[in-house]
Amino acid sequence: MTGDTKTLIVERLLPFPAERIWRALTVPHLMAEWLMKGDFAPQVGHRFQLTSDHVTVGHVTVDCQVRLVEEGRVLAYTWDAYGLESVVTWTLTPVPEGTLLRMEQAGFRRDQGQAYGGARQGWQRFLDRMEQVLLGRME
Amino acid sequence: MSEAQEQIFRVLADPTRRALFERLCREGEVTVAALTAGAGVSQPVVSKHLLLLKQAGLVQGRHEGRQTHYSAQIAALAPLTDWTQAMAVFWAGRMGDLEDLLKRMDQ
Repeated sequence: MTGDTKTLIVERLLPFPAERIWRALTVPHLMAEWLMKGDFAPQVGHRFQLTSDHVTVGHVTVDCQVRLVEEGRVLAYTWDAYGLESVVTWTLTPVPEGTLLRMEQAGFRRDQGQAYGGARQGWQRFLDRMEQVLLGRME
Repeated sequence: MSEAQEQIFRVLADPTRRALFERLCREGEVTVAALTAGAGVSQPVVSKHLLLLKQAGLVQGRHEGRQTHYSAQIAALAPLTDWTQAMAVFWAGRMGDLEDLLKRMDQ
């Protein structure tokens, strides 16, 4: 397998107790309200799928397996979708204002090999523009 | 390469579909009628292309009255671009919904 490992980190300071955030991260019917639907269980080794037909998420199926559970503090599971093989780790740190929630996603994408085919130049222009669109959306 | 990835590459190999998808990425939600006006092909042809994009998970349609509004599914770009960029957009949206949920759990 090829491809560089990269890490994405998103942090939010949330004015809520860690216990409540933990429930939102681990109770399936609550997960369905903000993340995706799935038969999650907070047990190491448990395999589950997250699916969505949410208007802003799209039709997505993510294959997951629980890696780490420290009740109320740390939750990690694998996140495989669209050729991306990654691990998502949630860390909850109590602070005076509430809870610092940190999402770290580390992984790599399987090489697309010859997928770009002969039309490499057209593809590259397209991908460059798409990256600009993504950057614009993040600002 | 997974079947889903192959489908994405196959669907985006067509320049008309790439142009439609790119426009949706830039402009957000656009009606089929508005997409047709800028596409240089007939509405049935645009609709056929949109259906293929939808089957690949790249766009989503929403019916409102007699109009269908289409939008791009940015996370589906993960196999094509730097995945961290696509996922950053994804997580920003999910974190927003998480905060909304946490507020509702308060009540």
